[in-house]
Amino acid sequence: MAKREMRKAIETGCPDGFQYMHPLMVKNFGQWKTHDHPRPGVLRHIAKSGDAIWTVRAGTQRILDVFTLRQLCDIGDRYADGRVRFTIRSNIEYMLADEEKVAPLIKALEAAGFVVGGTGNSVAMISHTQGWLHCDIPGTDASGVVKAMMDELIDEFKSCNMPNRVHITTSCCQINCGGQGDIAINVQHTKPPRINHDLVANMCERPSVVARCPVAAIRPAQVNGKPTLEVDEKKCICCGACYPPCPPMQINDPEHTKLAIWVGGNHSNARSKPSFQKLVASGIPNNPPRWPEATAIVKRILRCYKEDARDWERVNDWIDRIGWPRFFELTGLPFTKYHIDNWRGARKSLNASSYVRI
Amino acid sequence: MSDEKKHATPMLDELENGPWPSFVSGIKNLRDGHPSGRVNDMANDLLGQLEHSYETRKGYWKGGTVSVYGYGGGIIPRFSEVGQQFPESKEFHTLRVQPPAGHHYSTDILRQLADSWEKWGSGLVTFHGQTGNIMFIGATTENTQKFFDEINDYGFDLGGAGPCVRTSQSCVGSARCEQSCANEHKIHRMLVNNFTDDVHRPALPYKFKFKISGCPNDCMSAIERSDFAVIGTWRNEIVIEQDQWKKYVDKKGRQHVIDNIITRCPTKCMSLKNDDTLEIDDRNCVKCMHCLNVVPSALSPGEDRGVSVLIGGKRTLKIGDLMGTVIVPFMKLDTESDYERLVELAESSIDFWAENGLEHERCGEMIERIGLVNFLDGIGVEVDPNMIDHPRESSYVRMDGWDEEAIKWFEQKRDQSLAAAGSPFGNNTTD
Ligand code: SF4
Ligand code: SF4
Ligand code: SF4
Ligand code: SF4
Repeated sequence: MAKREMRKAIETGCPDGFQYMHPLMVKNFGQWKTHDHPRPGVLRHIAKSGDAIWTVRAGTQRILDVFTLRQLCDIGDRYADGRVRFTIRSNIEYMLADEEKVAPLIKALEAAGFVVGGTGNSVAMISHTQGWLHCDIPGTDASGVVKAMMDELIDEFKSCNMPNRVHITTSCCQINCGGQGDIAINVQHTKPPRINHDLVANMCERPSVVARCPVAAIRPAQVNGKPTLEVDEKKCICCGACYPPCPPMQINDPEHTKLAIWVGGNHSNARSKPSFQKLVASGIPNNPPRWPEATAIVKRILRCYKEDARDWERVNDWIDRIGWPRFFELTGLPFTKYHIDNWRGARKSLNASSYVRI
Repeated sequence: MSDEKKHATPMLDELENGPWPSFVSGIKNLRDGHPSGRVNDMANDLLGQLEHSYETRKGYWKGGTVSVYGYGGGIIPRFSEVGQQFPESKEFHTLRVQPPAGHHYSTDILRQLADSWEKWGSGLVTFHGQTGNIMFIGATTENTQKFFDEINDYGFDLGGAGPCVRTSQSCVGSARCEQSCANEHKIHRMLVNNFTDDVHRPALPYKFKFKISGCPNDCMSAIERSDFAVIGTWRNEIVIEQDQWKKYVDKKGRQHVIDNIITRCPTKCMSLKNDDTLEIDDRNCVKCMHCLNVVPSALSPGEDRGVSVLIGGKRTLKIGDLMGTVIVPFMKLDTESDYERLVELAESSIDFWAENGLEHERCGEMIERIGLVNFLDGIGVEVDPNMIDHPRESSYVRMDGWDEEAIKWFEQKRDQSLAAAGSPFGNNTTD
């Protein structure tokens, strides 16, 4: 059979955003003067020209079916000049030239079940990863964790009562697509991979799996006369890095794949340099469909932060001021030997001074 | 669809409770309400497989090889390991599609994308994945090509997957934000569209990401999440409108201003004068953005604007998390040739890493392995004290080239003060 003539791709790359941008944004591009925050979920930006544009931000289910997408478009056509954008945390934003339409837009969004908020000092939408719905290596389902948690945090999304903004992230493996967060809920494996020896030989490129291990715990081996791999379980740190290149390295386990919570990741340069998140809690059961144990700890940390942090302190700023002993005291979370780092560069995290808080 | 054909989803049903919008309800709408039987069946089996994951606490997708004609990447292939039970969603690939810079859309273009997607795919889409792609989740191998052909005709192209240059992200910036010090939109498109071939045909040691933030608030998390972070900044005085500032002090009180602004400045370079005006020692301002965030009505970035470039940010795999570090403290982006210099810097960085990086080694990991100085040497950038927190603490280093290096430094300083046009990467005082 003759091969069908294949269409050649047009390699246009990243499209020009100006063709879709709100006309007031095009007109005042690079010429904005200031902004304020009339109410949670609404921003007003003023341009040097005197033009003002209102932005209404709403949280959605993120994984949108075409019906929901069209519903969001209908609302945009009725109230918001037919222009939208999405934030890095997958909220939708409507831009309006006309202040009169702000209240009706909010009403329409809320009537359709969307949640207006996520601006200023709110708990922002949890940034999330793929999970069981679509990734090939996940230990949990990020979409479910996020939905269950946002149900509980919705009032904090709709208001701006935190000392500063709170970014929460999730990741369903230790690759950590979710990135850094003020609070991060991430998968933490606690047992070495179980190896399906029958499959290694015909599935995996062994040297590249060996090379992937951060602690050199994997060795080539023979089982039943067939080439396979073995793991030195004393060395293995259960990171799961061998699993993506070699699916027979079964790292996910219904019981021993747990969740851990990290705090103090901050991407911004404001007040201090960007910071990585630090481990605070682990051993949390991976408990679908609603993961109540993880949510309870997140809420406890948020409560302490809200009560104790000063205005403008992000979670990392707050802990920098009060110190880690006080953090564990306030939150009631256990401090264990696992909190003390032993990875490369760990010495920089030890207290080499007589500064103690007792 | 008849009720007996529908998979029971008691666990997923729990995710329809509660006030936050539910993705489960959305998938059910595709199963029950979409006119296409193909979409209904796909959604039903997807729900069935997902419920199975919830019950057993395990994932059931595996990768494979799927691409569109002429490309090597851009599709995340997903084949089900339990496809016998859930045949209609057994091929469920994701297309990563590059969004318009700044993530702006008209409702018209979103509807057009929705129409194409329900024709060929599952009807499920996310704006956007963590790298910044539009994620069209769920198409068969055959339909992947058809969907791509259709949207490619009206201006959309695939992003990266595998060891290649990935889709970029830039903040809303100049389009709506008064803090922006750069044209993020132009930087974004110039950088990533210069590497279209490297996006579509994976041949690098590992992934390489550009992210662009218009100011040091770094809303795109560029420093911690990208190999090549471009951050808008400025180098002259913060613009203070003293009238507005005094109004703010008047409204909030001196104590609030001292506690929340003056003492929070990381370099203690601000002072509140007795007459309530503000003084900033701009030489020591590190452009952290805090004071500008608190009082946007009175404070704005200085007018002499440009960008900083940081290289090497990444997440945990394999040696641990790395932030990007400063390679270019400041460069202007006014003229076309300024932009070209930025693109050239990206080219030389990627070329050097492509040649010297090990398989599956991110650019930042390579720099960690070979040392920053060797990397700078490789890309032809001179050292600068802005690249470090502090000089070395260890004496274990061979320094017999000291005299030449010291001469180089003084010559460089002299050239900078002489040159009217200045050196390519900043410190130039006149353009
Ligand atoms: S965090 Fe891990 S499991 Fe989750 S989507 Fe990313 S790579 Fe997949
Ligand atoms: S889980 Fe991590 S440490 Fe253990 S063998 Fe695999 S790659 Fe190595
Ligand atoms: S990074 Fe800066 S310029 Fe860009 S949106 Fe954020 S605050 Fe505005
Ligand atoms: S931007 Fe930051 S460093 Fe500069 S004056 Fe303001 S608070 Fe201080």
